[in-house]
This record gives sequence, C-alpha cells and structure tokens, in this order.
Amino acid sequence: MRHIIAVLLENEAGALSRVAGLFSARGYNIESLTVAPTDDPTLSRMTLVTTGSEEIVEQIKKQLNKLIDTVKLLDLSDGPHIEREMMMIKVRAERPDREELKRLTEIFRAKIIDVTETSYVIELTGASKKLDAFIDAVPEGLLIEVVRSGPTGITRGEKGLTL
Amino acid sequence: MTLTQAEPHVMAADSGMILSGAEIVVQALLDEGVELVFGYPGGSVLHIYDALFKRGGVRHILVRHEQGAAHAADGYARATGKCGVCLVTSGPGATNAVTGIATAYMDSIPLVVLTGQVPTPVIGSDAFQEVDTVGITRPCVKHNFLVKDVRDLAVTIRKAFHIATTGRPGPVVVDIPKDVTDPNIKIPYHYPREIRLRSYNPVEKGHPGQIRKAVDLMLQATRPVFYTGGGVVLGEGSAQLTELVRTSGFPITSTLMGLGAFPSTDNQFLGMLGMHGTYEANMAMHEADLLIAVGARFDDRVTGKIADFCPQAKIIHIDVDPSSISKNVRVDVPIVGQVAGVLTDMLRLYQTQKPQPDPSPVADWWAKIADWRRLDCLHYDRASAAIKPQFAVETLYNVTNGELYLTSDVGQHQMFAAQFYPFTKPRRWINSGGLGTMGFGLPAAMGVQLAFPDAQVACVSGEASILMCIQELATCKQYSLPIKVILLNNGYMGMVRQWQELFYESRYSHSYVDALPDFVKLAESFGHIGMRVDQPADLEGAMREAFALKDRFVFLDVVVDPTENVYPMIVAGKGHHEMHLSPSLTERELA
Repeated sequence: MRHIIAVLLENEAGALSRVAGLFSARGYNIESLTVAPTDDPTLSRMTLVTTGSEEIVEQIKKQLNKLIDTVKLLDLSDGPHIEREMMMIKVRAERPDREELKRLTEIFRAKIIDVTETSYVIELTGASKKLDAFIDAVPEGLLIEVVRSGPTGITRGEKGLTL
Repeated sequence: MTLTQAEPHVMAADSGMILSGAEIVVQALLDEGVELVFGYPGGSVLHIYDALFKRGGVRHILVRHEQGAAHAADGYARATGKCGVCLVTSGPGATNAVTGIATAYMDSIPLVVLTGQVPTPVIGSDAFQEVDTVGITRPCVKHNFLVKDVRDLAVTIRKAFHIATTGRPGPVVVDIPKDVTDPNIKIPYHYPREIRLRSYNPVEKGHPGQIRKAVDLMLQATRPVFYTGGGVVLGEGSAQLTELVRTSGFPITSTLMGLGAFPSTDNQFLGMLGMHGTYEANMAMHEADLLIAVGARFDDRVTGKIADFCPQAKIIHIDVDPSSISKNVRVDVPIVGQVAGVLTDMLRLYQTQKPQPDPSPVADWWAKIADWRRLDCLHYDRASAAIKPQFAVETLYNVTNGELYLTSDVGQHQMFAAQFYPFTKPRRWINSGGLGTMGFGLPAAMGVQLAFPDAQVACVSGEASILMCIQELATCKQYSLPIKVILLNNGYMGMVRQWQELFYESRYSHSYVDALPDFVKLAESFGHIGMRVDQPADLEGAMREAFALKDRFVFLDVVVDPTENVYPMIVAGKGHHEMHLSPSLTERELA
C-alpha cells in the first residue's frame, strides 16, 4: 500500500542523509522525498511517499521515529488529508500546436510561465494523478522535459503537525 | 584570540573555567565521571592528547590498534554497565574503530567514541587523513555529531553520553575537527548536568493495560516459556526477572546475549535456545502456548524459520525499543518500557492475584520438559584421547568455580563456552553476538580487567580469532593485565569447517589455518607466560597453574580435537523442531 508520511526533523546537517540512509540500509521503498525548512527555522519538514505491506510501513514509521533527529511523525494516509505536487513541464510549442497547448493549460488550470518562439514552460500544481493526466494529455512528440517536486501533504481540519 | 561571546546555554559559567576545546574534552570527561579512556593518538587529536597530558585526571589506556580501543571500551561497558569511551584520530584511526563501533551497535552497548577530524576549513578537500567519519559511521551508530564550533563542544559531549546510555543504549560518535580543539582559543566552560532533547524521549514505564493483559495470559497458560535476551542484562532487570520466573514456576530459556541474567545452574533454566541451543529449550519453544519475550529481538539465529516459529504460542514482548516489536515476528501483547520496571509491575500484579494461580497445568508441561532433558543433548565423548573443546570449557568452569568474567571471540569456541560454562550472574559473559566479530575477545577482556583489577578475567578464543587482535598482547603487558587466554586450538576456523563439512561435502576451502605461530613463544615474546597442553589429563593442572599466577597474563594453548562440531544445530532456515543432534548421541541412543 502507498503511504504518505510527514516528518518534522531537526534542521541539522546530515538529517536528510540519515533518512535516506535508513531507507537504503533496510531495503525500504521510497517513491519520493521532499524536504524544506519550516516557519520555525530549527525544524525541517519532510514528506515521503513509500509503499509496502502494513508490517513494513509500521517498521518504517518506527525506524523513522527512532532517528534522534526526528521530532514528530505523522502518517497522513491514516486520515483525511490533502496532497499537492508541483510540476514544471517544457513542451515544444510551434505555431500549429500552440492553441492546443494553451487550451490544455486552461482545462487543467495550469499556467504558462515561459514562452519562446518554439516552446512553453507550463506550471501545474495538484494531486500526483492530475499531473500524470496532464503529461498523458500532451500530444505525442511535444514533451521536452518534466520536473516534479514529489508530493507534499497536510491533514484536513484544524489539527496540525506542529510541536 | 579569545572568544568571549557564547550561546546562553554555554554561558552559565558556574564552573568559572576558561578552557580551550582540547581542555573542554578532558574536563567534560571528568565531569561525566569517566574513569578510563581507550585510545591511540594521531595528528588530529594531538591537542586533546596534550590536554590529557597537562590536565591529567583521566586514565588513558594506549591500545595497539583502534579496533582494540573500541572493543576494550565495549568490554568495559558490558562488564560495568557504564559508558565506554574511546579516543582515536581522523582517517584510518576512525575507520579502524568502525568494526568495534558496529560490534557495539549490534549488541546495544553504550559507547562514546571521540574521533579527531581534519580542521574545518579543509573538510571536504581530501586532506591528509581525512575521511567522512559521520558518513561512514552513520549506519552503525545510535547517533553521531560533527562539532564545528568550540562553543558547541561541551553540550555535544553531554548529549552524546545522554543518548548513548539511555533508552536502548548504543554507540555515539563525536567527530571533532582539529581547529575546534585549538589550545589558543579559550571560552568559558559550562557542562550541563541535565539535558533534554525534544526529539528524543525514550519510553520508561510500560503501559499498565498491556501489563494487565500479559499477566492474564500468564494465568491462563499451560505451556509457558520465558525467552530472555541481552536487554535484561542491559536494562539491569536480572533480579526482577529471576523473581518473576521463580514466582511463576515457568521454564526459561535465554539467547546468547542474555546468559547469566537468570542463573544457568537453576533447574528452571532450559539452557540457551536457537541455532546451537539445547534440545529442551528449542522443543519448549516449539510446543509452548505462551512465550514471554523479555529484552530479546527475535534474531534469525534464535527464530530459525519464521513460519515455524512457536506455532502454537501467544507472544508477549517486553522491549525498550518500539522498533524491536513485531519486526521479525508478530506479537500479541507488546509492552514498550524499561525491562526492570515492567517486570516489577508484572510481578506485583501476578502476586496479588486472587486466587493464586493453579500450578498443576504447568506441572504437566514440566514432565514433558523432563522427557526432552533425558536426551542429554550436550553429550560428548568424555573418553576421547584428544582434548574435547567441551571438556576444556567444563574444566575451566570447575577450576574457576563459575566466577569468571569470560569474554570470547566468535565461532565454535564461543558456542562451546555458551553451552558449557553456566553463568549465574549478569555481565559475566561478554561476547559479540550480533555482529559476530572475530578479534573481539582479547581487547574486550582488557576493558573488563581494567574495570575490575582484582577479578578473574579470561578470554576463550580460537587460533583464528585471536590472531585478529593479537597486537593487544602488548597493551596487556604495558598495563600488567593478568588476563588468562584459553585458546581452543583446533587448527581450523572451526565453525567454517563445521559448515563446510555439513553443507559443502567436506570441501575445506581455506578454513585450515596453516603456518600458525608457536603461541607459547609468541606470548613469551610479548613478556607473558605461555603454556601448552594436548592431553586431557594435564588440562586441569595447567588451568590451575595458570589461574594461580594471579599477577601474570597467561596464554594457555589448548590443543583440541580438530573434528569436533557444535551440536545441537538447527540449520539456517529450519524450524526449532528440526535439530541436528551430535553423532555421538545418535550412536549412544542406538546402543
């Protein structure tokens, strides 16, 4: 099963490598991992997406909690939550294709953020599946480059993952 | 230059001392109550060594290889329950220590390892004797630190001791660049007594509801067995365990690491379990209806095939580390907490039970166990013309009245020691269980002997293992350590040979240890006493003579039967009920 796990980490050098090292050393799957400092500069927030049986995911959470740099951890998949991923996609946009690409951008509520005579860069934010759908919708042969941030997430309702 | 601006937590200068980084290291060790530091000097730690020389107060033991430093500190920690400390230089000093750090990590031993590092401005430039120590040690430490600012030094050392010794213990590395110990940069010194880390709060007390459930299971059990491990020793839960086991009247088996936590001479003790465990212990595991696992981690050498592990049992698991629970085997009643406290709570609840539990169902269980015991699974040929390794360990037990601190290396001799030397106290049996590090025994014995100068300390080893840290014979001479090495010399890497005999059709690929030194002369060349015996009749006399030499290190080379194997044996990946028994036993049974 796919799980999306949010971790508050001490914002210390090496904290990220402890998490990455844990996953490789114990042979856990890791689909994506994003990390950035929070409003509290001493804390980083990491979101990671992993897959595994319930036993494995339980172990992953225990092992993450065991890291001395881990302050708090929440499996967002345990309750209602919102996931968002950001993507920038560069496409070939020559005259005959420009209208189609602009329409597609509107339909997906994306934004064109760079324009040249022959290309667009389109920015799109949403659930990972929506990003996949956009890539699939781009006409054959126009795709140049895709950059995805990996998903990040937050719980619904007033309770937050804070100290 | 003198830095006067310091962060608030360091500013509280109640000590009134203004110290350099090097002096802070020494003073922090003193404030931490450290008696012994095992180390080896080198470029990056020279400032610290100079401070050790000038300030004094900390006893430093000069080993002959950094692996020896880590093992010695580890042996000290295992025997005393205190934190072991070592000090090594950057680069090869740190990498040499890694095997020792990993050994401590696998067995959850509290160590603080101070490593020198190249100066901060050249970190990352492939400087002389530079290695990414924090990176290399990350997977084999509980935590590690790189101290980049002298103002963080004292508090980091305090954190290191705090983390190493609390919760599930483990090694902590503090990597200290040379410029951080600069003798010319002095700051006010404050060593925080108490430290709180928001990200680290080990669980202390077990959950009362879970404890209730566990006791309820104990009351219903008809075929219960305690399965206890190194966590009981580390968690100082030996007395509590012994009381609960005696009160309940249940049988108990122990892992290699837990031996001594419950007296092995007690009738309730079934012997060690697992790959080389006794027939009765493994059969009891297989037929049990309740398993009470205490401070044990369901290691593959214990469980054998997971699918066949304790097929009929409900499982209670008490452990201080939540990640140990349901890691390999799913358990029914997990209890996270300090072993000693949880056992005390369980005992109180068990004793106040009304009516008191009926012992009769368990009596039937004991009758079954008595049948298994009748097999005498540790039987060996006592009439052998060659010295049997089992006989050597039994003789060692008799000669030392079971009072030894016994360290071992890894292999057959380790298993024979575990099977034939019944430990009756915790912290007496000191060996590398998790990592299985050959070369551990001799330096570990140094740590034990330095902790207890008047105690009898011996290292049972093999001729292959002992050579892996043989250089420490010089350390033993320098500090006049009266350790006794009992070498079970069979000319082979015995356990490798055993596996090759059983699983590789006796193709003894590179397991014969050719060109062995003359161990008697070797010991003598280091200034020690060397002795050799090859006749069973001479063994006891030789051992008595060795132990009578109270002030001397004696190396006793015991020439043993090269073909002896360790039995019973569960082949890796098989269940507890599928044991191989000794051929001598099978013949006797047939006769």
